[in-house]
Amino acid sequence: MDAAPALAATRPVTRPAGRGRLLVWGGYALLLLLAPLVLPTNLDRSVLTQIGIGIVACLSYNMLLGQGGMLSFGHAVYTGLGTFVAVHAMLGIADRSFPVPMSLVPIVGGCAGMFFAALLGYVTTKKAGTPFAMITLGIGELVAPMVLIVPEFFGGEGGIAVNRTAGPPVLGITFGPQIQVYYLIAIYTFLCTAAMFAFTRTPLGRVLNAVRDNPERVEFIGYSTQRVRYLSFVIAGFFAGIAGGMSALHFEIATPDVVGAARSGAYLLFTFLGGATFFFGPIIGAVLMVVGFALFSEITKAWQLYLGLIFMFMVMYAPGGIASLLMMNVRVAAHRKLHRLWGAYALLALTAVVMLIGFSAIIEMIYARQYGSVGDTQAHFLGLTLDTGSAVPWLVAGVVTALGFVAFEAVRRRFAAVWGAVQGEIEATMTFKEPNAAVPEGGQAAARQANRGEP
Amino acid sequence: MEFFTISMLNGLSYGLLLFMLSSGLTLIFSMMGVLNFAHASFYMLGAYVAYTIALFIGFWPGLIVAPIVVGALGALFERTCLRRVHKFGHVPELLITFGLSFVVFELVILTWGRIGVEFLPPPSLRGSAFTIVNSSLSGLHLVAGAAPAAMCTASDPAVHVACSQFPATRAFMMVIALVMLVSLWLLLTRTRVGLVIQSALTHPEMVEALGHNVPRVFMLVFGAGTALAGLGGVIGGMTFVTEPGMAAAVGSVIFVVVVVGGMGSLAGAFIASLLIGVIQTFAVGSDASLLSLAQSLHLKIAPGLVDFSLFKLSIAQIAPILPYLFLVLILIFRPKGLLGTREG
Repeated sequence: MDAAPALAATRPVTRPAGRGRLLVWGGYALLLLLAPLVLPTNLDRSVLTQIGIGIVACLSYNMLLGQGGMLSFGHAVYTGLGTFVAVHAMLGIADRSFPVPMSLVPIVGGCAGMFFAALLGYVTTKKAGTPFAMITLGIGELVAPMVLIVPEFFGGEGGIAVNRTAGPPVLGITFGPQIQVYYLIAIYTFLCTAAMFAFTRTPLGRVLNAVRDNPERVEFIGYSTQRVRYLSFVIAGFFAGIAGGMSALHFEIATPDVVGAARSGAYLLFTFLGGATFFFGPIIGAVLMVVGFALFSEITKAWQLYLGLIFMFMVMYAPGGIASLLMMNVRVAAHRKLHRLWGAYALLALTAVVMLIGFSAIIEMIYARQYGSVGDTQAHFLGLTLDTGSAVPWLVAGVVTALGFVAFEAVRRRFAAVWGAVQGEIEATMTFKEPNAAVPEGGQAAARQANRGEP
Repeated sequence: MEFFTISMLNGLSYGLLLFMLSSGLTLIFSMMGVLNFAHASFYMLGAYVAYTIALFIGFWPGLIVAPIVVGALGALFERTCLRRVHKFGHVPELLITFGLSFVVFELVILTWGRIGVEFLPPPSLRGSAFTIVNSSLSGLHLVAGAAPAAMCTASDPAVHVACSQFPATRAFMMVIALVMLVSLWLLLTRTRVGLVIQSALTHPEMVEALGHNVPRVFMLVFGAGTALAGLGGVIGGMTFVTEPGMAAAVGSVIFVVVVVGGMGSLAGAFIASLLIGVIQTFAVGSDASLLSLAQSLHLKIAPGLVDFSLFKLSIAQIAPILPYLFLVLILIFRPKGLLGTREG
């Protein structure tokens, strides 16, 4: 379930947390430290800051989805309310009525998130599974209009704007330059990631996994599943609130859409895409989320459509997300069998690109027709100018898509055969080893998940 | 009095529309354990498909064809996507329908544009079904169609006359929903197909052992449920608006209906639909607020509080969140829902 044991899949777990883990965490810290030096412009640094915020938000979401099996449709309620309370704290700091340093604003947001999770979570965590999902959706729908109904606190349509530099500087840090905000948020991101990883190792974190996998048995050994869900929900709310507080510090505004259903949906989508079954999956998801909203939306207007299709595709073929795909290939590489897959991967990529080019040409042409000015029949795609008025580009794109699909399907079947064979061989060696080399905790579940995700 | 009657009828018709959606949702849920997050998307598709058909061959063929098209799409989705993730468990099932709702929304925007389309009812359904004339002289009357102007104006200023019209589309909505309700009930309880469906609900293995193709029954139920949503979409789109936001507007309300009624209970869904329809309709027409309540109770309020918006908030303003408040209250006081049998 987690990064470290998954990386150490072949080692017994009794070994003290060794060099491997130090390497992973050190690398993570170094990455956070060096990223703004590699990407020096303010826009890049703003994107990096948002990635930090996204990481904490998605990891806190995954505490529910991945570790607790709780599918929430209203996580933005806790990040968003955290943002609003943090903004009020910042107003207080600015007029000196709330004497704390500006750098503690995320903690204020976290406490707010925790408070609201404790309040609303009491209702939501009464149930698990599908009813839980529906109730979180209802709570989300309940809170989102509240923001507009009570403009005294939430600032109505326009939201509340604040100034993060208005407080007294502490140790000469004013939070004027973006780099100072980045490093503050990077520190919070690292600490929160570590804390959330530590949570997975606590008894509560372990019981939460058990509640996800077999609630009935957990009840039988004397735990209240409702209580476990509730406590985890409150802790997830705390980290969500920290993410909200950080975004208050970064954006210096809280608008009604921070609690909206679209935000909750994005957390769900990208956490799942990144991979809910591994601890580090949501980090990948958060990077994708921020980069997607910042960059992909510039490239094509239809990116949300592609996103939805990719999401559906992933749910069907790789329910462990990108992280599980990654880890399955790491496992294949660890058994020195990756070379057998290279050819198939290259062919898969080639046919997929052909199919995608044809398909996206069609989508872009429809978009150009729908949203271009009247009489304008030009669609720009990959440097080409397509005339949507004539039938030729439509036909060509259709044929390319169809050919790409047929070829892709043929290659996929061959790949699936090779993949199945490779996985079978690996399983065989693993069952052979099983009596002496204990499978690490979570490893079995991960392996089960990995097998499901067979493409 | 005529305000009450008209509001009641409006509420009931809205509630019946909600039931057209929640019945399909409940049927699918109780059978397959899948809560179809994209149910409202099929509702939206119904409206748009019917609009497109109406452009070419008219409204009435669209009323029949659009639900069939939507039902076929639903069955196709079940066959190709949902069945594949069924073995992964309930969360992936919910996720795939969530993904579908996302994709359908984008496709609708792509095909029909970001702003709504003008989907008007056919000429025979425009205007009013009947008019209630309330005269202080002769009491209440019912007049079919629109009442002549002479009846609504009093010649004598001492006589107070008020006319309230009930739109024909609303009446049509009620008729269709009731016909659908009765035929669904007859189908489930009086036919062989209904028998198989009911038994596949509780004892799928036994039904399979008797030689029925249970996955195909599931596909047909899913198709039928989405077709009902499509039918609701045709009527809802014509009565209200046909726009990309219509799925989200009704989507979360029908989930509330299903949870409030009790997961998987068709009768519960019926009661909850009507209840929420009526509550919401009456709330929209009421401008009472905490402030007016306090004033009618002759309470004194500190002057600082009078300007606080929470006090001035009228019930009409909080009407959109009432169903969710209702949901929270039900969950606290009756967690299994109105007619539910199990606690999820």
